[in-house]
Amino acid sequence: MAQIKLSNLRHSYSPNPSSDADYALKKIDLTWDNGGAYALLGPSGCGKSTLLNIISGLLVPSEGKILFDDQDVTELPPAKRNIAQVFQFPVIYDTMTVYDNLAFPLRNRGRDEDIVKRRVTSIAEMLEVTEMLSTRAANLSPDNKQKISMGRGLVREDVNVVMFDEPLTVIDPHLKWKLRSKLKELHQRVKATMIYVTHDQTEALTFADQVVVMQDGEVVQIGTPVELFERPAHTFVGHFIGSPGMNVLPCEVQGGGAFFGGEQVDLEGPATGVVDGSAEVGIRPEFVSVSQNGDGVEAHVRKVSDIGRHKVVEAIAHGSRVHAILDGEAPNAGDAVKLEFKQSQTRLYKDGWLASTQAEGV
Amino acid sequence: MKTQNQRAWIFVLPVLLLVAFNALIPMMTVVNYSVQETFGDNLFFWQGLDWFEQILRSDRFHAALGRQFFFTFMILIIEVPLGIAIALAMPKQGPWVPICLVTMALPMLIPWNVVGAMWNIFTLPDIGLLGYFLNHTLGISYDMTQDPVAAWVTIIIMDVWHWTSLVVLLAYAGLVSIPNAYYQAAEIDGASNLAIFRFIQLPKMKTVLTIAVLLRFMDSFNIYTEPFVLTGGGPGNSTTLLSIDLVKIALGQFDLGPAAAMSLIYFAITLFASWLFYTLMTMNDNKS
Repeated sequence: MAQIKLSNLRHSYSPNPSSDADYALKKIDLTWDNGGAYALLGPSGCGKSTLLNIISGLLVPSEGKILFDDQDVTELPPAKRNIAQVFQFPVIYDTMTVYDNLAFPLRNRGRDEDIVKRRVTSIAEMLEVTEMLSTRAANLSPDNKQKISMGRGLVREDVNVVMFDEPLTVIDPHLKWKLRSKLKELHQRVKATMIYVTHDQTEALTFADQVVVMQDGEVVQIGTPVELFERPAHTFVGHFIGSPGMNVLPCEVQGGGAFFGGEQVDLEGPATGVVDGSAEVGIRPEFVSVSQNGDGVEAHVRKVSDIGRHKVVEAIAHGSRVHAILDGEAPNAGDAVKLEFKQSQTRLYKDGWLASTQAEGV
Repeated sequence: MKTQNQRAWIFVLPVLLLVAFNALIPMMTVVNYSVQETFGDNLFFWQGLDWFEQILRSDRFHAALGRQFFFTFMILIIEVPLGIAIALAMPKQGPWVPICLVTMALPMLIPWNVVGAMWNIFTLPDIGLLGYFLNHTLGISYDMTQDPVAAWVTIIIMDVWHWTSLVVLLAYAGLVSIPNAYYQAAEIDGASNLAIFRFIQLPKMKTVLTIAVLLRFMDSFNIYTEPFVLTGGGPGNSTTLLSIDLVKIALGQFDLGPAAAMSLIYFAITLFASWLFYTLMTMNDNKS
């Protein structure tokens, strides 16, 4: 187990990258602490799998270094890095039994058969596959195959990091939550550093203590699920996490105040270093409510969807779409309402990045 | 409950008729010949199983069968590993892929009798490129019309040249269908190249290799045109394979009865050996 440090990492798949657009990864500086449960979240093509393959050693980065506990492993092949990786599609050795599959990484490293036996038995027990040990791996169901792939990663006692590359893609929906909670449980038991790559926010937020959000080859924000939800550092994070995502409304900044359609919007706190001009106001639908006292932003309700526990209201205010998540009473489609934004959750974004700071004492 | 629909027979009927006219009825004629004796004029005499007994006891048949098995054994033992090796060495992507594939497919596109004629000329000691080179440049005495060993080496090399590509293409198709994640996982698991071959590539190629082995077995066991054009079964009878011997009996000596009995025995052996190969190669698939 180790602390993993990525320093000044850049990667391009073309041999002679000329512009920033040629880079699949644009300058990444990241430290993964020993024993953490991380999720790498981002849309398809944002570079998360590239980053994963660089950590595992399947790819050598164009620039920059990877350090495992301050030891430079940038040029080391995967087998020498002591890492484990679980792929999107379960990789199992068809001709072997489940036992031999789990034993394979240990046997390749020349471990004694009694150590192999001890490790395989304990991992099988953890994964609840003990009764399948003597069956041929080819005959297993996809979720069990994926369990075996995970098991091969966990069977070595000295892995630095276990990486999951969208491991639940081919698993039936009703088995997904089972495997997901199994993973969480495994992390608590083996205490290895785990990095979980996904484009599914639910998977990321349930698995990870720390979520790294990526977009276009860049890390946009690192934080706990709560931080990502409450204070997205970038409008992209606001959009990407949450259902529906954060409302991002165009506004004008004048003398430190934000004006949305000519009306001043109270921000959480002062906007630091923002010159007058156009910017954006960000507010989560959860913190938008229908005003009872006549204050607030004028809006027309366009659609109300009942999604069970609460209702999602889609309204148009000053030409922009605003979502609100309401409990209980909701207006009807076509109603004219006034919307209130909860001040402590209203943020200002300049060029996409968070520009307001929380007022003291709020 | 199963659906009962008798109309299905109507759809099967055309195929049944086709198979009947192109396989069953001609074969029944052969069965008919195999139990009778004829001296021409459409006169037939009942002979029972005498021809079968005669063929099965004949030294000539044993010798031809032995040569046939030896030939097929050599073909399989050379072409299958060689085909796999070439497939492994072929590029998996890039501009060389189509070039390699077309080059590989070329020998298979040449008509069989042309292959025989080509190799015949190629190996002539006086004017053939290979024959002249071996005899006059390297000083190795090589003449397949005189030397049985030279004849055998030539027909085997000719078949390897003609048909290894089939194994290559099938094995290659199996190889390129392996997702990259398998290689990556194996690399992470610390597997050696041999282990990658043994536990990933070979199992993934198994289905296509089964087909390759079956096809190569049947084709080489029934081979006629190429060795006939190349050596005509000689020198002496040294390269008289089963099919060549059969044609000699049927059309050379016009012994229709023994030839028919021999055809049926030949057919039974081919069928049984194919079944045996298939059963052995797929035996482990359903084991749990």
